[in-house]
Amino acid sequence: MTALWLTLLIPLLGIAVGALIGQRRHAGWVNVALTAATLAAALWLAYTVLDRGPQLSPGKMFYIDAFNVYLVALTAFVGLTTAIFSRTYMLHEVERRRLGKRRMRLYHSMYQGFMFAMFAALTTNNVGILWVAMEGATLATVLLVSLYRTPEAIEAAWKYFILCGVGIAQALFGTVLLYFAAERVIPNPDDALLWNVLYAAASQLEPTVLTLAFVFLLVGYGTKVGLVPLHNWLPDAHSEGPTPMSAILSGLLLNVALYALVRMKMIVDGSLHSHLAGYLMMGFGMLSFLVAGLFLHRQRDIKRMFSYSSIEHMGLMTFAFGLGGALATFGALLHMTVHSLTKSAIFVTVGHAAQIAGTQSIEKIRGLIRTQPAVGWGLLIGAVAIAGFPPFGVFTSEFLVLTATMKSWPWLTPPLLVGLAIAFAGLFRHLHPMVYGEAPAGQQRVTANMLPVLLHLAFVLWLGLAIPAFLADWFSQATKLISGSSPL
Amino acid sequence: MDLTQLGLFDQAVLLFAAFVLFTSFVMLAQARIVPLIHTFAWQGALLAVTTALVAYATRHPHLYLSAGITLILKAALIPWLLHRLTVRLGIQREVEALAYPTLVLIAGGALVIFSYYVALPIVQLSAMVTRNTIAAGIAIVLLGMLLMIVRKKAISQVIGFMSIENGLFFAAVVSTYGMPMVVELGIAFDVLVAAVLFGVFFFQMRASIDSLDVDRLNRLREVDEPAPAPEETAP
Repeated sequence: MTALWLTLLIPLLGIAVGALIGQRRHAGWVNVALTAATLAAALWLAYTVLDRGPQLSPGKMFYIDAFNVYLVALTAFVGLTTAIFSRTYMLHEVERRRLGKRRMRLYHSMYQGFMFAMFAALTTNNVGILWVAMEGATLATVLLVSLYRTPEAIEAAWKYFILCGVGIAQALFGTVLLYFAAERVIPNPDDALLWNVLYAAASQLEPTVLTLAFVFLLVGYGTKVGLVPLHNWLPDAHSEGPTPMSAILSGLLLNVALYALVRMKMIVDGSLHSHLAGYLMMGFGMLSFLVAGLFLHRQRDIKRMFSYSSIEHMGLMTFAFGLGGALATFGALLHMTVHSLTKSAIFVTVGHAAQIAGTQSIEKIRGLIRTQPAVGWGLLIGAVAIAGFPPFGVFTSEFLVLTATMKSWPWLTPPLLVGLAIAFAGLFRHLHPMVYGEAPAGQQRVTANMLPVLLHLAFVLWLGLAIPAFLADWFSQATKLISGSSPL
Repeated sequence: MDLTQLGLFDQAVLLFAAFVLFTSFVMLAQARIVPLIHTFAWQGALLAVTTALVAYATRHPHLYLSAGITLILKAALIPWLLHRLTVRLGIQREVEALAYPTLVLIAGGALVIFSYYVALPIVQLSAMVTRNTIAAGIAIVLLGMLLMIVRKKAISQVIGFMSIENGLFFAAVVSTYGMPMVVELGIAFDVLVAAVLFGVFFFQMRASIDSLDVDRLNRLREVDEPAPAPEETAP
């Protein structure tokens, strides 16, 4: 349990540290050190859980099993690599005088605050606290979205605040309903919101109330996942904030919201004895997947484009979790991992590309490979990976999901394939001129740290070629928890 | 159910629940900023009274604490913060033009009926005295959303947002006699932070677009066309 406390306490301490010394030149290094320490603690936690199985903390406040511990490790890893990227990126922004000292303090403090909220959401056993932490993650990031104080940034942050706030209020109502149902069968009311207690007693919970609760929970957490038609805030918030923020919003926050939804589905499934929750998730997932793919074609801002790609992939994951069954769930878990890694790598390169061109407008970013080959190739390979080309991991996970679909819902395979093709076309029609093309005069090389990109893409490639035995074992443990059967 | 057969305190709970719902309607119709904030404070105070009455009538002492937090937070602190903001922004005297006030109120009435319909399956399961007020909780949430949709001023939208939170708290109190304390404290903390952040936001908004009119936030669209299209209001 020491590992768990460390995972939570280091970012909590980081909030204060960031607020005190965030404006100094070496604050970026402090941020890197803090996230590195968190990653060490998270890996230690992962090791203990894999070694000894699920753990319940004393006081039952935290519950760690294979499902959330793998997300904790992933979150800590992406948190570290993004911090490495953020150090040089933010220094460059300060030099361009887009940000002052106070905002750098806010930035570093809230970076850690956001990490803390996500770890709290992932590790808590109490579904009420899960809601509180999800809302906390919104509150921590809303001022970061408006960090540049441009009218666009303010608008994006306001939309993010209002839409996510109202959306997630629905999830709170769903939680109240869940508690209402649970209180009638669980003797101690203080235990009635604990996930492990709810899960054990799921079959006794009243199905009508749980159906209603799940609809509210789906709308609430679905807003945060970015499911169509509740996605309006997402492209704005992801495109207007500083790029490191886009990387962790796209790569991590969406995952955590989906995690919350899947946890709720596990309880509801136990009570309903029908596939209703799955059907709802499949419907919303498919809709998001197709609509976001079409929207990719109309984008003019490079960060907006990749946020729509995030919606598309979250839709696919929601669909796969809704499909249920060992194969689809395994595919969805793998997809969560590879999407996080690839998408944050892409946002890192996009951040550099935007600094090279001095704008985020797709039409003005040209010939990256000529100006700065590392950034150009990074963007190209990242986009190839996210579009689902072999041999990258995204291909493997999409292939698994497609196979699972073909087995249980064969007629849904064609829309999925068409959606993948549409998204691929949408990405590459914009990408090709940005990467190749003639470099306009005035594009300048920037100091880019491509280490995070390299690490992430190498990892995704590795997962595509051969999933290491311990990871496969880890995923199949998580799959067994969620779907009840083991894929391997 | 015959109301006269209920105990005095149970009847009082129902009465105050109706008052809380009534304040939601008052907010819908109130065009001036400062009275709107005062109505919101009244809603918080009535909510606290209802909670305390439920605590007394059902002998759930921990609800007294919830009532206390609500009174401090929703009836005093947040209205005071909002009021101070209006003074500092110099918008105390602003009056918002309400579009279709009658229609909005009728829509509000329809939402209340709808809430009773949604709450039917829950009400049938419950044996609690307060079960009939669950629908009022849902209605307050929906009326808060309606307020956010029909208003254009950022500060009215924030009040709608906070009133949604009031409705959720109300629903939690009357359907389950309150969530576990740790969750309630967490929610209260989030609400307080949200209120402070909204305050920060007003100044950022004022500095960047020189107005607190959310209609002016219309730069981010899918395609950059020269003609400004009205921004879509999502629920």
